[in-house]
Formats: sequence, C-alpha cells, structure tokens
Amino acid sequence: MRGDLPKIAREVRKNVVRMLALAESGHTAGPLGSADLFAYLYFGGELNVRPNDPYWEGRDRLVLSCGHYAPVLYTSLAMAGFFPLEELSTLRKLGSRLQGHVVRHVVYEKRKLAHDQLPGVENTGGPLGQGVSVAVGMAIAAKMKKQKHRIICVGSDGELEEGQTWEAYMTAVKYKLGNLIFIIDRNEIQISGNITDVMPIEPVERKLAAFGMRTKEIDGHDFDEIAGIFPWARMFPDQPKAVIMKTTPGKGVKGFGGFEWHGRAPTKEQALDALIELDKT
Amino acid sequence: MSYLVEDIFKTEMKATREGFGEGIVEVARRDEKVVVLCADLEESMRVVEFAKTFPGRFIEVGVAEQNMAGVAAGLALEGLTPFITSFAVFSPGRNWDQIRVSIAYTHTNVTIVGGHTGIAVGEDGATHQGLEDIALMRVLPHMTVVVPCDAEQTKKAVHALTQMKGPAYLRVARPRTAVFTSRAASFEIGKAQLLRAGKDVSVVGCGPILYQAMLAAEELKGEIDVEVINMHTIKPLDEEVLIRSAGKTGRVLTIEDHQTTGGLGGAVAEVLGEKLPIKMLRLGMKDVFGESGRADELLKKYGLDKEGIIKSIRKLV
Repeated sequence: MRGDLPKIAREVRKNVVRMLALAESGHTAGPLGSADLFAYLYFGGELNVRPNDPYWEGRDRLVLSCGHYAPVLYTSLAMAGFFPLEELSTLRKLGSRLQGHVVRHVVYEKRKLAHDQLPGVENTGGPLGQGVSVAVGMAIAAKMKKQKHRIICVGSDGELEEGQTWEAYMTAVKYKLGNLIFIIDRNEIQISGNITDVMPIEPVERKLAAFGMRTKEIDGHDFDEIAGIFPWARMFPDQPKAVIMKTTPGKGVKGFGGFEWHGRAPTKEQALDALIELDKT
Repeated sequence: MSYLVEDIFKTEMKATREGFGEGIVEVARRDEKVVVLCADLEESMRVVEFAKTFPGRFIEVGVAEQNMAGVAAGLALEGLTPFITSFAVFSPGRNWDQIRVSIAYTHTNVTIVGGHTGIAVGEDGATHQGLEDIALMRVLPHMTVVVPCDAEQTKKAVHALTQMKGPAYLRVARPRTAVFTSRAASFEIGKAQLLRAGKDVSVVGCGPILYQAMLAAEELKGEIDVEVINMHTIKPLDEEVLIRSAGKTGRVLTIEDHQTTGGLGGAVAEVLGEKLPIKMLRLGMKDVFGESGRADELLKKYGLDKEGIIKSIRKLV
C-alpha cells in the first residue's frame, strides 16, 4: 500500500483541483499542501475507520479544525468509500452534503439542517480554534469511557493565532490526553498574507513544548516521516502530541503556492493546466 | 392547579443557582452520562457538591470559556450530557461563536448554565451583570432557553433539560430569592404557567423577578385584576398561553431582569406584533448597563421591584 501512496496523493490533489474549479470558490493552497497526510491517513492503513459504518464507536476520530481544508477531507472520504465519488462535484452547491466548511450535525428528533450529514465528518469547523477544543472533549470522553481509539486533530498554523487553541492545549496537557495527536500544517501562509508578516508565531515548537506537549517536526511530503508520527506517539501515553508538519502550500502545482491561493479557487483553465502539471509529478 | 406554595408571603429564601447545584447532583445520580464543566467558578456556580460527589465527571478548564464550550461539544459528540457553567457575561457572553458553531449548529446535547444574571448581581457592577444573555441565546437556531423563577423550579428545569436532547441555555441568578412555587408543581419546557388569573392586564415574566409581580398583583387587588404568567421558557415561547391571556385582558406587561431588547419583552412583542397587536409595555433594562449597588437598591432604581411593577401596571391600564 505504501508504494501506492504518491499515486493516491496525486489523485487526491487532482480531485481537489476539479472540485474547487467546479465550485468556483473555496480554498486551494492548504488542501493541496496537506494531501500527502490525508492520503497516508486514509490509504496507508493508519486510521481505523469503516466507510460502511462511519460512526462506529471504536473508530479513530479525525477532527478537521481547519474546516476550510474540507475538499481534501471530502476527496479522501469519497475515495475511501464513505460516499460516491460523483458527489464530489456538488461541493458548495445548493442542497449538497459537501458544505463549504465541514459540518457535523447530530440528529435527535425533528431538528434537521437544510442538508444531510456527509458520512465520516466528525466536527463542524471553520471558525479557527473550535476543532482543537472539540478534539480535547472527544479525547477526555474516550479516557472516561476507557476506549482505545485515537483522536487526530488536523489544524493549521494560522490557527495558532486564535487564543482558544492555546486554551485547548492547556486542557489537553492537564488531562494527560495521550490519545490525542494534533497535526499542525505549517505552510506559513494565511488568508491575507504570510504568517510572519500578519502575526509572527515562532518559535512554534518551543511554545508547544512549553505548554507541555510532546512535539515533533516532520516533512509533510515525506510518507515515511508522516508514518513515523504514530509509533512515536504511542511511546508517550500520558501526553498529548503536537506535530509540526512542514508543507508547501499548493504542493504539486507551482502557481498555487502564494498566500493569495489560501482562499481562492482555480478557474477552469487554471484547473486544466494544474491537472496536466499534476499528471507529470 | 396551583403552582404556588401555600402562602407566598411566607417563603423559604434560596438562590436559583442553589437549585441548579442541588438539581445537577440529583440528575447525576440517576444518569451517569451527566458531566459538569467549570471555568474557575466552582463555588459561585454551586457545583462544589457535584465535584466532590463525582470527581471523575467534573472537568475544570480554568478561565477559558471558549475552550469550555468546545470541549463540551466534543464530550457531547461522544454521547455524554455536559453542563457548562460560568457567569453569563462570560458564557454565553464570551464564547458565543463557539456556542453558535460547535454547540447550536452541530446540535450537540450541551446545556449552558449562565450564572450571575441581571442587575440583581449587585455590588460587582455592570461588567458582571449578565443582561444580554437571553438575547444572545434566543437568536441561535436549535437553542432552547429556560429562565426558572425560583430554586425549586430550577431543580425541575435541570431534570427536564437532562431528559431533553439538544442545546439549551439555563439562566440562574445569585441572590437568595423567594421560593414561591411548590414542590408538587409541574414543570414542562415550553409550557408557560398561569400563576394567577386576572382580567385587566397580563403580566408576563421570567426569573425571580416574577415574585415581585406576584406581590404587586396582590397589592393591586380590588383596584386592578392582574393575571401573572410565568414564561419560564423563552424559546420555544408558549404562544398559545400568551395569546389566550393577551386576548382576554387586552394589555401585556413583560418583566425581566435583562435588556428589554431581544429578551423576553422582545420575544413577546414579536409574537403579539404579528398575531395580536395590542397595548403592551416592556419592563426591564432599557438599553443601559447596570452599576454597583445592593440588589434591592438596583431593582428599585430601575423599576424592577414591586413598586416599580405597580407603577408600570398602572401606566398600562
């Protein structure tokens, strides 16, 4: 399986480009940059999930705190069999289960949303920082119930500017949430500019370590390094982990790397060029 | 049936927050899914007993209300029944976005308990007097909003909210106030209670201030026949009881220790404006912040004591 990952990641990227071009809006740089991580999680045998039983109790929880990365999660879920691939083309369209940002909606009796639940999505995300806290709550619940699954929270480096993120980290450390792994996509851009210009956040690893987390820095485009997160994480059962995953924004398409691609979708023409470029990688 | 104690002039005095503290221990004994989150206000929110009795189900997040709301949503997604507790100015005041997205939109089974509400907070002053919380919560889709009138009713509300699935807001207050509803009185979310029948004016209120309305109604006996309705659930509002009463008396006075804009007064005005436009007056805080002082002095100054309510009723009739 591991040998297929570059090919799978390329397919993830191509789907992301197609979806965004059809939607004519959305976020490009982050989803392309994190495609290798998602390919590994869903196709590298790492996440214990069941596409035909998406909310099975024993599953690993993948919380997408940077909810604007929705296209890369949706593509991964569809490719893994959670829902039909054809549905990817409905991203951001009226009535679609593929909302602009990830949505989780618990249905009790009558209260329903305008759209149905997309299977496999664990949280509502978009307003940064929220998924980090939700992941902490899930991890506390798993500990209370003595469950063995893991909670993996994918967040972004821009999210570190939100105070709530650090509130959540403190709680994770206090409650010794060894079942919780934060993966922070360090692509150094945010919507209005380079992070270092908008709000310098370094030294990130030292800050995270100072908050009490077990930290590690990896190359987010190296499958061995991505895979290495998990055996490493198991060695520290009483400590939450924070992985700083260095990535190239827009990875795979040269022109999609600048901060202006944080919140922009490619045109149909740009998408066609991008698909050709991706095929050459 | 009467919802009231035998003699409303001889009542026990107890804060609604005490009712919450007792109620939460009761429900937790029966339902092991109940968990409580606290943001450094264990004593003020009366969850000391809960923390002592159920240490494994008590989560102290420190002074971090935004995170508290998110953690609660995560716990609820895993099937637990969290109650998050803080002063209303902080929760839902400070964590409204987290409540909106992770709790209301996600439709998680979380109850937000807002304490130190109204100018009845007193000496701490305007920064700590939650006067906008009903409005903040009422505007959110999926949210149920409950404002019990005394400690006894608060306890019942805690039981009812534990049974109910979905996001809810429970408003409690700090001062010891009259326990004027009886132990035997029923309580159902969304069902307003006719505390006193009358034909000249309908006083529709929520929270401990309703006791002042009962005293006012008693004092006006012979002069003005006052109907008093306990609108303990602001959302969903019991339109049926409201319209029946308003249709009968032709005049409605709303009372609340909260901003009239967006609060109970606003909610009642919205319904009557569309369905039965009649003469009405909203009593509460009128687009002003509170200030320091004793609770009784403040309620008097802003016309929210018995005398103020009598004045407003006379103005309306």
